[in-house]
Amino acid sequence: MEKSRYKQIVDKHTPKENRLINVLVCFFTGGIMGVIGQALIDTYSNCLNIPTKDASVFMIVTLIFVGCLLTCLGWFDKIVNFCKCGLIVPITGFAHAMMSAALEYRKEGMVTGIGANMLKLAGSVIIFGVVSAWFFGLIRIFIMGA
Amino acid sequence: MTTKYNNVYLNETSTVTGPYESKGPFSKLYDKSYDEFYFNTKTWEQAESKLIDDSVDILLAKIGKTKFDIDLFISGDLLNQITASNYAASRLKIPYLGIYNACASSVEGLIIGANFVEQGQANSVITSVSSHNNSAEKQFRYPVEYGGPKRKTTTFTTTGGASAYLSQEKSDIRIESSTIGVVEDLGITDVYSMGAVMAPAAASTIYKHLSDLKREVGYYDLILTGDLGIYGKKILKEYMKVEYNIDLNNYDDAASMIFDIEKEPVYSGGSGPACLPLVTYSYILSEMKKGNLKRVLLVATGALMSPTTVNQKLSIPSIAHAISLEVVS
Repeated sequence: MEKSRYKQIVDKHTPKENRLINVLVCFFTGGIMGVIGQALIDTYSNCLNIPTKDASVFMIVTLIFVGCLLTCLGWFDKIVNFCKCGLIVPITGFAHAMMSAALEYRKEGMVTGIGANMLKLAGSVIIFGVVSAWFFGLIRIFIMGA
Repeated sequence: MTTKYNNVYLNETSTVTGPYESKGPFSKLYDKSYDEFYFNTKTWEQAESKLIDDSVDILLAKIGKTKFDIDLFISGDLLNQITASNYAASRLKIPYLGIYNACASSVEGLIIGANFVEQGQANSVITSVSSHNNSAEKQFRYPVEYGGPKRKTTTFTTTGGASAYLSQEKSDIRIESSTIGVVEDLGITDVYSMGAVMAPAAASTIYKHLSDLKREVGYYDLILTGDLGIYGKKILKEYMKVEYNIDLNNYDDAASMIFDIEKEPVYSGGSGPACLPLVTYSYILSEMKKGNLKRVLLVATGALMSPTTVNQKLSIPSIAHAISLEVVS
C-alpha cells in the first residue's frame, strides 16, 4: 500500500483534539493565573510597603515556589494536564518543567543526574528566550535608537 | 517464517502488575499486584527488574520446581540494554538469552522458547517480559511528574511482569504454531500514535500466518493483538480489509482490554511488552481453560524506534510476531 493511502486510513480513525475547548480552558486558567499574580503584587506592595517593581519579583518567586512545591507533592502534573498552556506559559510552567526533570533524575546523582538533566525540558526555553531577546533588542535599536 | 509444533506445552504462567492494572477489569486474575511504583526498591529501573523476579518466583512455586531445574531463561523489556531482564538474570543464574523486539518481545520469547523445546535442546524454558510505566516514560517521553497535555491517541505503558513455563510435559494448553514477522514501515513518524505505526506489521504477520498454514481467519476463536489501542484497532481492521481483503471479526486488542479506559487516565489504552501477556496469562488462558475459547492467535506488535531516531524525524519501523495457542482436547 502507498504511504499516502495508508495515511488516509490513519487520519480517518484518528480522533480530533478538542482545540476550541482547550483554547478556552487555557484562556480562563491563564487569566486566573494573571489575576493571582496581580493580587500577589498588590498584597506585597501594600503589606511590605515596597515599590511595584520589587513586589513583582516577590510575586514571581512565590509562583515558582508554589509550582515547585506542588510538583514535588505530585499534584501539579494533574493540574497542568487540565489547565494546559494556562499554566505552562506563565513562570509556573518553567518551574514545573525544571522541578519534574530534577525529581526524575535525582537517583542518578547530583552532577550526572540533577545537574545534567534539570534543564532537559526548560533548557530550550532559556536558549531561545535569550536568542529572541537578542533579536528583539536589535530591532529596538534600529527602530528607536540606542 | 511459520513453524508448526508437535510437542510444546504452555504449562504454567504468572503475572505481577502495578496499581493501574489492578484497577482494570482483570484485577482478580493476576497473581500479585502492587499499589505503588517502587515495590520496596530505590529506583523505577530496579522496580521493573523486581517485576520479573517476582513473576519468576511465583511461576517456580506454581510448577513446584527450583531455578536449578530450568534449562533456559529468555527475557526482554523496554529499558536501554534490557537492564531489567539482565539484573533478573543475574540473580537467577539460569542460562539466559536477552531479547529485544520492543513490545513484540513477549511472543518473540515464546517462539524462541518453543523452538528450543520442540527440538529437545531444552526440557524446561521460562520466558519473561516486563514493562514499567514510569521507567518507560522517563526513557521515551517526558519526566513522569511533568504534566504537559497528551493527545488522545497516546498509549499508557503497562506496569507488569509476566512469565511462562514451556516444556514437553503435557498440559491443557499447547503451542501449535508460530510466525516470525517482517519489519514494516509505512512512513508514520508520530510517536504518540503507536497504533498507526504498528497496525501494518500486525496485518502482514496475520496474513502470512493464515496463508502459510492455508487457514481462514475463522479458524481462530480469537485473534488478539498486543498494544494497538482503541484507535489502532480500527486502523488494523480497515487496513486488513483494504490490503488483504480479510474481515477481522473475531478480533480484539489487549491494549483496549487491560484498563478501564473510561475511568482510568490511560488515553487510548495500554502498551508495553507486558500488555499482551498480562491479558493472555490472566483472562485469555482462564477462558481457554473454561472452554470458551479453543484456538487463539496472539499477535504481539512492537515499534522499533529510539528517542534519537524519533527526534531525527525518521519514520518508525514496526514488527509483529504471532503464536497460536490451542486447548488440548
